Amino acid sequence: MLMTTPPTISDREVVLEVRHLYKSFGDNHVLKDFNLELYRGENLVVLGKSGSGKSVLIKCIIGLMHPEQGEIQVLAKNVIGLNKEQLDQMRTRVGFLFQSNALYDSMTVRENLEFPLRRHGRDKSHSEVNDLVMEALVNVGLPHTVDMMPSELSGGMRKRIALARTMILKPEIMLYDEPTTGLDPITSREINDLILKVQEIYKTSSIIISHDMGCVKYTANRVALLVDGRCFASGSYADLQKHPDSAVKGFFQ
Amino acid sequence: MKLPLGTQRTLAEIGDISRFTWRFFQECGRPKFEVQEFFRQCFMIGNRSLGLVAITGFILGLVMTIQSRPTMAQFGAEDWIPSMVAISIIREIGPVVIALICAGKIGSGIGAELGSMKVTEQIDAMEVSGTNPFKYLVVTRVWATTLMVPILVIFADFISLYGSYLAVNMRDVTSLALFTQQVVEILEFSDVLPAFFKTFFFGFAIGVIGCYKGYTSSKGTEGVGLAANSAVVVASLMVFIIDLLAVQITDLLGLT
Ligand SMILES: Nc1ncnc2c1ncn2[C@@H]1O[C@H](COP(=O)(O)OP(=O)(O)O)[C@@H](O)[C@H]1O
Ligand SMILES: [Mg+2]
Repeated sequence: MLMTTPPTISDREVVLEVRHLYKSFGDNHVLKDFNLELYRGENLVVLGKSGSGKSVLIKCIIGLMHPEQGEIQVLAKNVIGLNKEQLDQMRTRVGFLFQSNALYDSMTVRENLEFPLRRHGRDKSHSEVNDLVMEALVNVGLPHTVDMMPSELSGGMRKRIALARTMILKPEIMLYDEPTTGLDPITSREINDLILKVQEIYKTSSIIISHDMGCVKYTANRVALLVDGRCFASGSYADLQKHPDSAVKGFFQ
Repeated sequence: MKLPLGTQRTLAEIGDISRFTWRFFQECGRPKFEVQEFFRQCFMIGNRSLGLVAITGFILGLVMTIQSRPTMAQFGAEDWIPSMVAISIIREIGPVVIALICAGKIGSGIGAELGSMKVTEQIDAMEVSGTNPFKYLVVTRVWATTLMVPILVIFADFISLYGSYLAVNMRDVTSLALFTQQVVEILEFSDVLPAFFKTFFFGFAIGVIGCYKGYTSSKGTEGVGLAANSAVVVASLMVFIIDLLAVQITDLLGLT
């Protein structure tokens, strides 16, 4: 076993489960009988070529896309049967870091961070909101950007602000969509460190979508491989490295 | 029989825009109107277009007056210039020209803004933050344009008449009081009211088309440019179609 990977999971409670998921766009069958489970406290990396349906998978989990068939259990609730209020409730407990960060261009960093707090209808006083915003910004090491506009920030800073905005509700599950794609190696490393920090401090269970092997090796407790719309193989990084199939080997060269 | 591809696309687009408009009315009926965002949009739309609309209105009044002078002079009717210019601007040219300017400025602005929000997943991010993005982004903007375009048109009408007054004074001498009196005397309710009424529809069309193009723009950066561009084209076309319908309706009602 590689000893660089973070500590292994002690209890094997499943917090998120995907069963027999099918999703297609016209004739483009993206997910075909996809299965996955996420255990409490672990970082699970879903690895796959670009265009293989990784983003589609986590957008189905958060309820932004609707699968044709299958079952998605998140924190003991079936996502597909939820009404609008229940879905909003679920989304306060599941965070989503978008690949393109999705920071609101017309708002300052502070307003960006306040948005989910105010919108999820939590009655908080002005100073409570301010404290939470500053705490989130300190956690990502950018308290001085609070009054800046997103357009004034670098790519790496924007990623951190987006992470701070997602973490402000202290979600139990995090979904990261390609957190290091498009960043330089040093910035990628910083983001990877933040992902580990989130896991350690908030005991978050995370699904991390990636095809950056540095990110995979550094952050994953477990890796699942998405090939042809199925979960082709899963296991620890070391296990998959030794996998005999050429489809798996391709990723580890 | 199969329709040509261009016709098919146009029909499909008309269907999509109708569905989008229907959804707008449905979402309007649901509770919690985003009041703060609505006022912010009103301010942004007004603030961004005010200068452009003022300049356009001013030039319009000036040019109309200068251009009509020779013809009026042929009939010895220079005294009637203020009345004639006022009627043409308030009844027809003012609303249509300002609506076209707004289609260019506001329509493209909304198309590009929502298009880039779509492409960079900001609309998805709103949805996972417990916000209905259609209500927050589309409903507020459509109401804001519906309200602001008429206000901009009225504002431009006044500026335009002032431009006309200055143009009259280039050749003749008239007082502002006399000019105003001539304008007020010739204008009737049947001139002002239908013209005012149709500007709400212009504003509504500009808002709906801009939002539709942005909100449904396809992925990719070129999608944003395309959304802005086609928002202007379709909104301008809609302005003329609505104008035609409005003229027909006022005609039928005997308001001319
Ligand atoms: N909204 C959509 N409409 C149509 N096709 C889509 C849509 N979203 C994704 N797809 C298709 O689904 C496939 C997987 O996309 P995606 O999940 O974004 O890939 P990736 O693994 O790179 O994240 C692609 O072929 C893409 O064209
Ligand atoms: Mg993706």
